[in-house]
Amino acid sequence: MSIRKPFFWLLLVMIGFFALAPRVTGDFMLLQDLSVVVVSIILVSNLNLMIGYTGYVNFGNIVFFGLGGYIGINGLYYWGWNPFLSALFAGAVVGLLTLLLGLGVLRLRGPFFALATIGVLEATKAFVSNFEPWQGAEGINLPFSVFDSVGGLANVGWYVYAALVGVMAASLFLSYWVKTSKFGLGLFAIREDEEAAQVLGVKAPLFKALVYAMSGVLPAVTGTLVAYKEAVIDPEKAFDLHRSIEAIVMLMLGGQGTIAGPILGAVAYEQLRSYLLTSEFFSHFHLIIAGGLLLLTVLFVPGGVMGWLYRQCPALRSILE
Amino acid sequence: MTRTLLEVTGLSKHFGGIRAVREVSFEVREGEILGLIGPNGAGKSTVFNLVNGVFPPSEGKVAFLGTDITGWPPYRVVRAGLARTHQIVRPLNDMTVLENCTVGACFGRLDLPLGAARGLAREVIDFVGLGDRADVLAGHLTIAGKKRLEIARALCAKPTLLLFDEVLAGLNPTEVERMLVVFRKIRESGVAILMIEHLMHAIMSLSDRVVVLNFGEKLAEGKPHEVVNDPAVIEAYLGDPDIAKKLAED
Repeated sequence: MSIRKPFFWLLLVMIGFFALAPRVTGDFMLLQDLSVVVVSIILVSNLNLMIGYTGYVNFGNIVFFGLGGYIGINGLYYWGWNPFLSALFAGAVVGLLTLLLGLGVLRLRGPFFALATIGVLEATKAFVSNFEPWQGAEGINLPFSVFDSVGGLANVGWYVYAALVGVMAASLFLSYWVKTSKFGLGLFAIREDEEAAQVLGVKAPLFKALVYAMSGVLPAVTGTLVAYKEAVIDPEKAFDLHRSIEAIVMLMLGGQGTIAGPILGAVAYEQLRSYLLTSEFFSHFHLIIAGGLLLLTVLFVPGGVMGWLYRQCPALRSILE
Repeated sequence: MTRTLLEVTGLSKHFGGIRAVREVSFEVREGEILGLIGPNGAGKSTVFNLVNGVFPPSEGKVAFLGTDITGWPPYRVVRAGLARTHQIVRPLNDMTVLENCTVGACFGRLDLPLGAARGLAREVIDFVGLGDRADVLAGHLTIAGKKRLEIARALCAKPTLLLFDEVLAGLNPTEVERMLVVFRKIRESGVAILMIEHLMHAIMSLSDRVVVLNFGEKLAEGKPHEVVNDPAVIEAYLGDPDIAKKLAED
């Protein structure tokens, strides 16, 4: 990562746009729409660390978001902590749990790892659904008093949005840093050929566990922020396998292994989804369309939008990372 | 008295009921080239895999520079200064030649930071004669190029001992000659080589000593000309009793 690269400034400008657009226009609907897009960019960008950089498909990636939401809500509601502090706490706890889990689960390779991640998601969902302190399958409904610290319901959207844009910036710069670091080089080597990487000296078990944990922290923070804004969290919504798969669709669509790909994929997919969900004809089929889109992308443009752009104009490689 | 780099004692490996390697012992000394030959299935590559930790031995001991490295994982072995190439090349396909070698330099014995690793990688790429291919994706190289890349990546780890697993197989005579030049340059730089090779004239002209494996056991050990005249070796591997004479003429 270097501030002399044009891409660094391009990222800053984009983040600046997200930060300022709703403020300047004062448009609450725009705020809502952009919140959804920002959350998707965060989820997809962090998922990219696993799939795009390391070559491990995490089908259960939404578990970070859901568990982070519960841990954060536990902090801010039951323990009365500051909501933003609770979000960071959730990130730290989920990161640590994932690190321990990763040292075990990442002994699995390829399809077996992918299956195990679905297992992790479903097991966590089953646990939370039966965990009485978190009100089991009912979920937790927050009273509006939790919004007192940010000046009530009218302000919470703005505060949470600002925090989400911050988390998005952190996600994108994390992706950028990893991609240009020695750590990232080791991950790429693992993606290409894990055995060869180990023979070259890459300590694969540790690297994989570290990146797995790293990919969980910011989605967990996001989970808390979203649950806080919506004042409700329940297992069905928090651990929704569909959202995991949608994140994979967005990543493949935008271009895995790149930093800009998750942004493009999330923006494009969310546009498409909001159109489909509001259209009378398509509203029941939007997941079918998502599946079809994934299939078409993988078959015809395996590199996604970014891969296609690179092929049209190789010079772009040095500008758009 | 030269130092012993690698000392393998009583090494055995069973895969289920198959005994791939049985009670093999040998040593590699500083600065030498030791050839490891034998028929297909004799256990040569398995010995390599046991030495560099791809899998642990069933019995026996591997010591490198006096340290017991038996059962160490490959990433620890290479950091100790023992690098290897693969019989079937394993390039990191979607990365450039330079990136491939930078991985070797970053995570090798010197544990270099990224910038310094790139510098070393460029030097080594020039050294093995891939200088004009540095920015090509490794997957796009010819087979000869991929073999050079295997060597370059291993050299980037700045090893004291290199294990070469049939680096010359599948190369045409011109490419073999060029590769032998690289081998000699490596030896001159003070790095010892343990090489598996079927190409007898390369073994004869390069090796200081030769170890012969057959059915997982050590059949013979000695100077190249002694080994090729050994009746047991001729029967098990070389086949033709006149081969020693032919090789001597080459």
